[in-house]
Amino acid sequence: MALKHVNAVIVGAGAGGGVVAKELSTAGLSVVLLERGKWYSAADCRKDDLYNQRTSALGARFGPDEERNPRVVVDDQGRETIALPSDGTYSNNAACVGGGTFSYGAQAWRYMEKDFRMRSTYGAVEGSTLEDWPIGYHDLEPFYEKAEWEMGVSGDDTDNIFKAPRRKPLPMPPLPPGQEHQILQPAARRLGLHPFDIPMLRNTVPYNGRRSCMRCRWCVGFACEVDARTGTHNTVIPAALASGNCELRTECMSKEILLDARGQAKAIAYFDAANRLQEQTADLVIVCGGAVESARLLLNSRHPLHPEGLGNRYGWVGRNLHAHAYPAATGLFDYDTYDDLGPGASIAICDYNHGNPGLAGGGMLANEFIRLPYQFMTQVPPWVPRWGQAHKDFVRQAYKRTVVIMGPVQEIPVFDARVQVDPKVRDFWGIPVARLSGGRHPHTIEIARFLAGKAEAWLKEAGAARVWQRIPAATLSGGQHQAGTCRMGNDPKTSVVNPNCQLHDVDNVYVIDASVHVTNGGFNPALTILANAYRASQNLLKSWKGTKVTS
Amino acid sequence: MKLRRRTFLGAGVTAVATGSLISCARGTAEWRFFTAAEARTVDAICDHLIPADQDPGAKQAGVVNYIDIQLTKAFRRHRAAYRKGLAGVDTASRAKFSKAFADLSPEQQREVLSVVEQDSKAFFDLILTHTRQGFYGDPRHGGNRRMASWKMLGLPFPQVRGRQHYDEPKAG
Repeated sequence: MALKHVNAVIVGAGAGGGVVAKELSTAGLSVVLLERGKWYSAADCRKDDLYNQRTSALGARFGPDEERNPRVVVDDQGRETIALPSDGTYSNNAACVGGGTFSYGAQAWRYMEKDFRMRSTYGAVEGSTLEDWPIGYHDLEPFYEKAEWEMGVSGDDTDNIFKAPRRKPLPMPPLPPGQEHQILQPAARRLGLHPFDIPMLRNTVPYNGRRSCMRCRWCVGFACEVDARTGTHNTVIPAALASGNCELRTECMSKEILLDARGQAKAIAYFDAANRLQEQTADLVIVCGGAVESARLLLNSRHPLHPEGLGNRYGWVGRNLHAHAYPAATGLFDYDTYDDLGPGASIAICDYNHGNPGLAGGGMLANEFIRLPYQFMTQVPPWVPRWGQAHKDFVRQAYKRTVVIMGPVQEIPVFDARVQVDPKVRDFWGIPVARLSGGRHPHTIEIARFLAGKAEAWLKEAGAARVWQRIPAATLSGGQHQAGTCRMGNDPKTSVVNPNCQLHDVDNVYVIDASVHVTNGGFNPALTILANAYRASQNLLKSWKGTKVTS
Repeated sequence: MKLRRRTFLGAGVTAVATGSLISCARGTAEWRFFTAAEARTVDAICDHLIPADQDPGAKQAGVVNYIDIQLTKAFRRHRAAYRKGLAGVDTASRAKFSKAFADLSPEQQREVLSVVEQDSKAFFDLILTHTRQGFYGDPRHGGNRRMASWKMLGLPFPQVRGRQHYDEPKAG
């Protein structure tokens, strides 16, 4: 039996798709929201330090599963390997209702004004496709505010003199400062820096009918046991369903977008939870699968008018895949810095996001989330033997005495860092898988070294007895902050979607997720994805003229 | 298959008698993936990677049990690497000291392990990673027996499911 025609079918119930589902359905459009993963709840918080979304030693807890979802990764020597979701090279983002926002750390950053004008600010960078966004901060500002108040953000950025102008403060206060915060704040001030409380999509007081954070140590990577952390799964998606106009279908794997004879999208073909092929017809198809899977879906949607995939007339779909390089410095103190108060990350500076001599950008620096014992392995300094008594001694002595400062470098996009579809390898459903290749721009690594140095200086000022750095490798950057593969722009020859997030080629297909980010800020991208989804939804609704299908 | 199970059981009984193996949940020393000899080798390797001192080491924490269980689940794709890698450890051991790895003195074992770390880096890194997981990770997966490592690190114990930590609200 054919499925009932709807106004909009949305692929992916993550940050972007969740917001779009709510905005469209509450405006009266009929919506089907397809999600390849499951709908988890607070009851799915197992606090398992080897099987979660942050540490996937035994698999990615919130998907995708290892059995059905391979990818092909090509290294800098041209060697191909099959990567599974638990592998670092897979560039995984969660596959579940809420997407990354279900299990993230919940930092809720507004990008800065210059983050939308990277090319104008820094000029061309050789070997890079660095460009300005076609929209500016002022276009997003009202929607940042909407996301902050409608979903709920806590924090206090009044001391951040570098922030872009905001009209309203954040709706909730920050959590009381933990031990690391108290160690780092005076040190930053002594250095002339401007520390402040990280904005977080986290309830610090009851908000929107949900409780406040209980400060457990299992935060990023885990389900929130008390449902205090905010994602689309516990805000906009329930609101969409409550409108009566939105149907959420989980465990539905999208295969391709189908076009009619005139070249307009008419339906999405997907495999339902019982692996039966279905066709959902719709007036609009809205792709919100994340930078890797959104690009994959467009590239897998071939048509005589679009032989290389939808939106790919000029070969830009899947290009410029990037996320964030994270340099870090770890400081070892001669007293206990660990207070067992989650989430850990609480204090940040934006002194080094821009205006760094000789560098095209920079990034925010903040203290790291609580390190669980196994996660602490990555903090062991290079001079400690990897195994044996010395390693054990170090872990035992240092576990409660370290503070880690790290930050996301605003990456310099590279055209050859890309998502393709593999000509041979298929997933469980027979759909060609994503094929990832390319790496980071060398300048991204230069910026990372600079930031690691600043993190080290901060820790030394705070009294760390020893400090060591970690510099990210020049390998491909994807993962949870993945972005850039369906660039937003005015010129169809050098971008995939227009400023309304519509494909240049097919105007009833939209891409609304971090794929459209031209550059990705020196910040965690979630709030920007949410804000842009609110903005794109509003523009879509303004141009909505009703269904073309008469039933 | 039946024959192999019998072999496993036989070897397991001997092992329990010598007290060198940790019995699994079913009360026998029948391993899920490892042969008894392989399990002995893994146990001996783990004992060097994270040795016992005033706190238990990887051996006492049952890391071999963790790896064995996971080789039937999340680590299925590493089965060949273990089979080959462990055989390689014994080959290196016999070439140098004419004995199986598990029968060497601790000093000899360390020497062989250093060679393995150089010559079979991929396998060494794999078992080192898995040993750290089994020692520092959640006991529900078969390692970190009696939360040995968490006690060592002084983490609040028993594991608290959640807690309220509210002080005065921050001013301003």
